Amino acid sequence: MPINYILPEFEVERSDYRCIRCRVCERQCANGVHRYDPDGDVMLSDESRCVDCQRCVCLCPTRALKIKHNDGALRENANWKQNTILEIYKQANTGGVLLSSMGNPEPFPVYWDKILVNASQVTNPSIDPLREPMETRVFLGKKPHDIRRDSAGNLVTELPPQIELELPVMFSAMSYGSISYNAHKSLATAAEQLGICYNTGEGGLHEDFYPYGKNTIVQVASGRFGVYKDYLEAGAAIEIKMGQGAKPGIGGHLPGTKVGADVSKTRMIPQGSDAISPAPHHDIYSIEDLRQLVFSLKEATEYKKPVIVKVAAVHNIAAIASGIARSGADIIAIDGFRGGTGAAPTRIRDNVGIPIELALAAVDKRLRDEGIRQNVSLVVGGSVRSASDVIKAVALGADACYIASAALLALGCHLCRTCQSGKCNWGIATQDPELVRRLNPEVGKERLVNLLTAWKHEIKEMMGLMGINSIEALRGNRLMLRGVGLNEKELEILGISHAGE
Amino acid sequence: MKRVTVHEEWCLGCHLCEYNCAFANSGLSDMVKALKNTAIHPMVHVEEDGAIHYAVSCRHCEDPLCTKGCISGALTKGADGVVTIDRNRCVGCLTCMLLCPYGCIVTDENETVLKCELCVTNGRGTPACVEGCPNRAIVYEEVQA
Amino acid sequence: MTREGQFRNPSGCAIAAAISRDGRRFSADRIIKSMIPMHDRSNGLGGGFAGYGIYPKYRDFYAFHLFYDHRQARREVEEYLKERYEIVLSEEIPTRKIPEITDEPIIWRYFLAPLRSVLRSAQLDEKEFTARAVMHINTVIDGAYVFSSGKNMGAFKAVGFPEDVGRFYQLETYEGYAWTSHGRYPTNTPGWWGGSHPFALLDYTVVHNGEISSYDANRRFIEMFGYKCTLQTDTEVMAYIADFLMRRKGMTPEEMAEIIAAPFWSTIDRKRDEDKARLTYLRTVFSSLLMTGPFSIVVGYTGGLMALNDRLKLRSMVAAERDDMVYIASEETAVRIMEPQVDRIWSPSGGEPVIVRVKDGAY
Repeated sequence: MPINYILPEFEVERSDYRCIRCRVCERQCANGVHRYDPDGDVMLSDESRCVDCQRCVCLCPTRALKIKHNDGALRENANWKQNTILEIYKQANTGGVLLSSMGNPEPFPVYWDKILVNASQVTNPSIDPLREPMETRVFLGKKPHDIRRDSAGNLVTELPPQIELELPVMFSAMSYGSISYNAHKSLATAAEQLGICYNTGEGGLHEDFYPYGKNTIVQVASGRFGVYKDYLEAGAAIEIKMGQGAKPGIGGHLPGTKVGADVSKTRMIPQGSDAISPAPHHDIYSIEDLRQLVFSLKEATEYKKPVIVKVAAVHNIAAIASGIARSGADIIAIDGFRGGTGAAPTRIRDNVGIPIELALAAVDKRLRDEGIRQNVSLVVGGSVRSASDVIKAVALGADACYIASAALLALGCHLCRTCQSGKCNWGIATQDPELVRRLNPEVGKERLVNLLTAWKHEIKEMMGLMGINSIEALRGNRLMLRGVGLNEKELEILGISHAGE
Repeated sequence: MKRVTVHEEWCLGCHLCEYNCAFANSGLSDMVKALKNTAIHPMVHVEEDGAIHYAVSCRHCEDPLCTKGCISGALTKGADGVVTIDRNRCVGCLTCMLLCPYGCIVTDENETVLKCELCVTNGRGTPACVEGCPNRAIVYEEVQA
Repeated sequence: MTREGQFRNPSGCAIAAAISRDGRRFSADRIIKSMIPMHDRSNGLGGGFAGYGIYPKYRDFYAFHLFYDHRQARREVEEYLKERYEIVLSEEIPTRKIPEITDEPIIWRYFLAPLRSVLRSAQLDEKEFTARAVMHINTVIDGAYVFSSGKNMGAFKAVGFPEDVGRFYQLETYEGYAWTSHGRYPTNTPGWWGGSHPFALLDYTVVHNGEISSYDANRRFIEMFGYKCTLQTDTEVMAYIADFLMRRKGMTPEEMAEIIAAPFWSTIDRKRDEDKARLTYLRTVFSSLLMTGPFSIVVGYTGGLMALNDRLKLRSMVAAERDDMVYIASEETAVRIMEPQVDRIWSPSGGEPVIVRVKDGAY
C-alpha cells in the first residue's frame, strides 16, 4: 500500500565508472542491499534495506561506493523533524514499540565538551612523560577507615579485595548473546594484555574464557543467566547490574533467534528460548535487599572478590549511591544516559536518565559530604569517548571509566545503531556464524590494545602538562577543570569554576 | 620459508583476494583501469561450498609436481623456494595444471600458464592477497611445507 | 578585592629549620638571620616562624595565637572560649613597631585548658576537641583567625619579609629547641596575615615551598574528615594532612612520607616483600593524599621535625648537621649562616624524608 511506504534513510551512491563488478558489496551485505543483474551487467541497490554500516564502503576495492543521507525530503519543520514523522509512519504501519541500539543520539548537552583542562605555567613545572615516570595504575575497592597494627607496631597490610588496573579504563558489560563470541574473545584477550578488565554482561561466561578470569568482571543481573558458583569465582570481581544507562528501569530481551547452542549453554537456558531479564531484580525491591545480595555473593566467594553495583544515572543518583556505599558494595558503577545498548525501546533510550558528568559530580560530592567516599570506588560509563573524557572524569572524581561504544568502534562498529536486527555486518552484534567470523579476534585484540595504548599515552601527556605524575593525584582534583558556556547551576553541580575565574 | 597460508576459520569468501591478485599482476597502477570490463585470472581463488570458504593459492611445495612435469623448463623452484613461471618458455601444454593437486595453476588469453609467485616477481614484496585480506584470513608466515 | 581563601594562591618560597636533638633551647636569632641571604626568595608578602619549647612555663596549656580584624571578633572568640576552656592567661603578643611591618591586626594570645565537664559531654579527646574549636573560630567567627594552637610551641607570622617579621615579634627573646621559618613569594597579592606560613594546627606546623598539583584531590579528601580548608593554600592542606595522619591515624613521620611522597610503583615492585606490602597498602589506602608537583616542606611537631621533598625533587632543599644540631634550608647559604662549620651537608633525594627526633624527656 502506498501509505506504508517509508522513505529510505540512506542512498547508495555507486560510481559506475569505478565499479568493477567484483560483487564484494553484494557478498558482504547481510541486509541484502546490493544485487548484481547479469542481464545488464549492472549492480543494483535496494536502499530501503541500508543501515549505513559502511561495510560495503570499507571493503569496496575501487572505492566506488558512498552512502549518503537520502536528500529526498519530507516537508519537515522545526517541530516535525523528518525522523519524528517517519517514526509515526512506522508505528502506524506496525503498531509496535520502536527499537534502537547504541547510545542516545539526540542533541543533549555533552558536558565533557564544555569542560577544559588546566596546564602548568611558571609557578610549577609540567612533567615530560617521556623522561619521568608517569603512573596510571589504580586499585578499585573499599579502602579501610581504621589502621590496624600488630603487637610489634607494624601495620597490618591486609586490604579488602581490590581490582588492580594498569590504566583507569575498563571494557563495560556486553553480554555474550548481545555481542558475538569473537567480540568477547577480543575484549578478553585485550584486557589481559592491557592489564585491565572486561565485563561479561549478563550472559554468563563462555567456558573458553575462564582462563581470562583475572581480567574478567562477572555480572549478575536480574535474569541471573549463567550464574553459578564457578562463574562467581572465575572473575576478578562480581558486578550486580541494577540498571543500564541506555534503558534505566527496564530489563532486557535477547530474542530466541540469538540463543544458539553456545549461548544457550553459557546462559544456561534452553536453545531458541527468549532470554528475558526482568525490569527489577525480583529479590531486590529496596536497598536492604541489595545489601543481602551483596553479602550473599561475598559469602559465596569467601569475601575474596570485590562486589560492584552498577546503576543507571537517574535523577536522585546521589542518594542512591549513598545507599549503595553503605550496602557493603566495594565499587559503584554509574552508567550515564548516553550509554549504549544492543537493543532498547527508542523512547526510553532517548528520554530517560541524566548525563554521566552531572551524575558523577553529584555522587562524588555526596559521598565526600557524608565522609564515605573511601567506602567505595567509583566507575563511570555512558559515553566516555576519548582520553580527555577519561581525564575529565577522573578529575571530577571517578576512580576509573567504563567504555563500550568506543571499544566496539575499535572492533569495526560504525554506529549504524541497528544491533537489534542481529545482522551486524561487522561480526559484533550478531550470532550468525557467517557474520561472527568477520571479526577475527586477533585483529580485534590488536585494535583494542592500540586504542587503549594510544589513550594511555594521551592520558600521560595530559597528566604531565598538569604537573601530575600519578593518576590518584588527579582523582577528584576539580581545580584542574574549568567550564565554558555553562550556567551557574551546571557549574555548581559539576563543582567547577568557569573559565577565566 | 615464508608461505601464504589461509585460515579457513576467518575466510569470509568475499573474493577480494582474487581482485587484489589480478590487479597486482596487471602491471597497471589503477585498479579500475586494470580490472574494469575484463575477465580476471587471479592466481588465488576462493573455493566455496555453503558456509565453507577457502582461498587457495600455490603452496610452493617442497617437492613440486608442476616443475617435474614441465616439459619446457618454464616452471622452476628457485633457491628461495618460490616456484616461478617463465612465460616466454611456456608452451601451453597445461601438463602442470593437470598435475597440481591444489588447482593453483591457471591460464589466460595468452594460453600460457600463470601461477602465484608470492608477488616476488611483480616487485611488490608482500603478497597482495595477504595485504588486502579484510580479516587476516590469508597470512604470509614462516611455515614448513 | 577578594581575601585570601577566596581564590587559589600558589607561591614560591624560602624555608629554613634548625633543631637540637638534645633538646637544648636556643634563641630564634639564628633562624631569623638565616633568612637574610634568601631574601630574594620572598617578595615581602609573608614571613613567619614556628618555635617549639618556647612556653615552658605554660607547657600544659594550649597556646592560641589569634589575629583579630576588630574588637567585636575578640569579644565573640573570648565568649566562645570561655564556654569551653579555662583561660589561664590572655594577653596581647608583644611586638615592636618597625616601619617594615604595617597594618597589623590585633594580635592576641591565650593559654587554655579545656573544661573537663565540656570535654566529657563532647566525648572527644582534648586534641580533637581543640582542633574543632580552631576550625569553628576560623570558619564561623568573622574577623578572627587562630594561627597557632599547640602546647609549648607557637607560630608567629605577618605580611613582610621574614627577617622583619622576626624583629616585629621580638623573637630573639624566645628560646626553643626547634625553629622553622618561611619567606613567601605568593603569585597573588592578598596582603592577609593569616595567609603567611607557618601554617599550624595543634602542634603541627608546616612551612612549605612549592605548588602541589594534587591540591584539590588532597583538599577534597581531607575535608571528608572535618577539616575545612579556608585558605586554599598548599600549606594549609599539608598541615591538616600531617594532623590527620600523625595524630588521628597514628602514622609515624616515615609512614607519612611514604604516603605523601610515595615511591613509584616501579620502585615498590622491586622492594622486598615486607616493604612492598607496606608501601602498597599505604599507597592504596591513602592514594588521595599523594602529593604531586614541586614541594619542599618542613613539618614541625612536638619532639621533632620532618623535612621532605616531592618525589621528583622539583624544589631545592639541603640538610646539614653539627653535633646535636640539624639544619634544613632551601639554600646552603642559609645553613652556613646558622652554622659555618657543619659536620655533614647533603641534599636529600626526592621523597626521602629527613626525620629528626629530640631525645626522649628532653622536650
